[in-house]
Amino acid sequence: MRLTCPFCGERDSEEFQVLGAAVGPRPNPRAEDAAAQFHAYVNLRENPAGPHREHWYHGVGCRRWLVVTRDTRDHTILDIVLAAP
Amino acid sequence: MRYSAFSLAANALRAKPRWPRVWRDAAPKPAYDVVIVGGGGHGLATAYYLAKAFGVANVAVLERGAIGLGNAGRNTTIIRSNYREPGNEAFYEFSMKLWEGLEQDFNYNAMVSQRGVLNLYHSDAQRDAFARRGNAMILHGADAQLLDQAGVRKLAPFLDFENARFPIQGGLLQRRGGTARHDAVVWGYARGADQRGVDIIQNCEVTGLRIVGGQVMGVETTRGPIRAGKVGLAVAGNSSRLGAMAGLRLPIESYPLQAMVSEAIKPLIPGVITFGAGHFYISQSDKGGLVFGGDIDPYPSYAQRGNLPVIEEVCEAGMSLMPMIGRLRVLRMWAGVTDMTMDGSPIIDTTPVRGLYFNGGWCYGGFKATPASGWCFAHLLARDQPHPTATAFRLDRFASGAVIDENGQGAQANLH
Repeated sequence: MRLTCPFCGERDSEEFQVLGAAVGPRPNPRAEDAAAQFHAYVNLRENPAGPHREHWYHGVGCRRWLVVTRDTRDHTILDIVLAAP
Repeated sequence: MRYSAFSLAANALRAKPRWPRVWRDAAPKPAYDVVIVGGGGHGLATAYYLAKAFGVANVAVLERGAIGLGNAGRNTTIIRSNYREPGNEAFYEFSMKLWEGLEQDFNYNAMVSQRGVLNLYHSDAQRDAFARRGNAMILHGADAQLLDQAGVRKLAPFLDFENARFPIQGGLLQRRGGTARHDAVVWGYARGADQRGVDIIQNCEVTGLRIVGGQVMGVETTRGPIRAGKVGLAVAGNSSRLGAMAGLRLPIESYPLQAMVSEAIKPLIPGVITFGAGHFYISQSDKGGLVFGGDIDPYPSYAQRGNLPVIEEVCEAGMSLMPMIGRLRVLRMWAGVTDMTMDGSPIIDTTPVRGLYFNGGWCYGGFKATPASGWCFAHLLARDQPHPTATAFRLDRFASGAVIDENGQGAQANLH
């Protein structure tokens, strides 16, 4: 699998680390229902069979965090953007 | 018919052997007391024990394709009960005891072979951790034996003991562990369930759940609607998709787990051997092929296939453990879709929807759990109470914090 990093161009998947689903933003710890919100944020996942937004880290390249949209049914990369432009 | 030495001899002597169908290919009826979604090992074992041990025989098992072709047909057939955490070990030891009596129980040759599972350690710290795990196993009634290097040499002299980076100091051996024939396990449970009146319905994909006022009424399938008093999900790999039909968001991500088999060679590996300095495990099938695997692929997938970097990593770990493996050719590789939970342990529980029960999150350890998973899920479906060995596998443990994290990785599904 090859990914096109917005900064470095097309690179092999072995240059990247996968964190998992891009489930931000982090909830507000002062919210009334902070415990429930953090449980959902930390543990619960959509886990779709189809397009999936996930965080990848280009550790061997630009060391930027990326948001990769990838189809989990066939591994097709649909979109890659910088997580913090 | 009942299989026995007599039936085997009689059919061997007949010009045309009379072996009947092993189970009926049933058509769906309009309603059942219990509908189990998923015709893998766990679903079929659940149906079998529901009928046999809990007296609930008006049961259907629905399978999207043919039974046993999901993860039940894609594992590396290892059975063991070498866990440490209190919520896990009693359950897996219950499973091990069921494996030991399984073939007599369902009158089918599942080729259960207690050839031993050996986990190698490569440092003092790892030896101490293994000693602790071995003690936990013994306290739960399992067997464990801590071997030094000489003990391991006796069992597996071909390992690279003096490896410069990962010298082998010894291992934790569970002699009662071993392997079982995965297809035969599926067929044995299917046959046993079928004989007790369970309908096994193939090519019947569940497309929706009928839920009225928070109570499950039945399922919608590609072969029409089926009413049900209770519905049990046993669809590990696709749990999130079925859960979404009931509006559930689960603490699960699906990842591909790959395995490989080499060309067949003469008997070499005495049992199951795992590398302690990387993720690699290996055993030898009865046909002679070396069956091995390692880590999951790092990204979520439903594709039932993995990618080459993980295969390379697994083979590298194999080369560090036993360099002679490099002379073998890999014949086949495949992948299953694993339900990875946020603590690496499974879930057998009720759900917020009345009448809907959930069995899943088996990570990459589902095969060894098949008998106990079936028994405990049947117990829950029949009595609405968790089995005493499965009380910790709760769906709400992630919210309460009572997680069962064997590896101490935290809520990061692809690290378990």
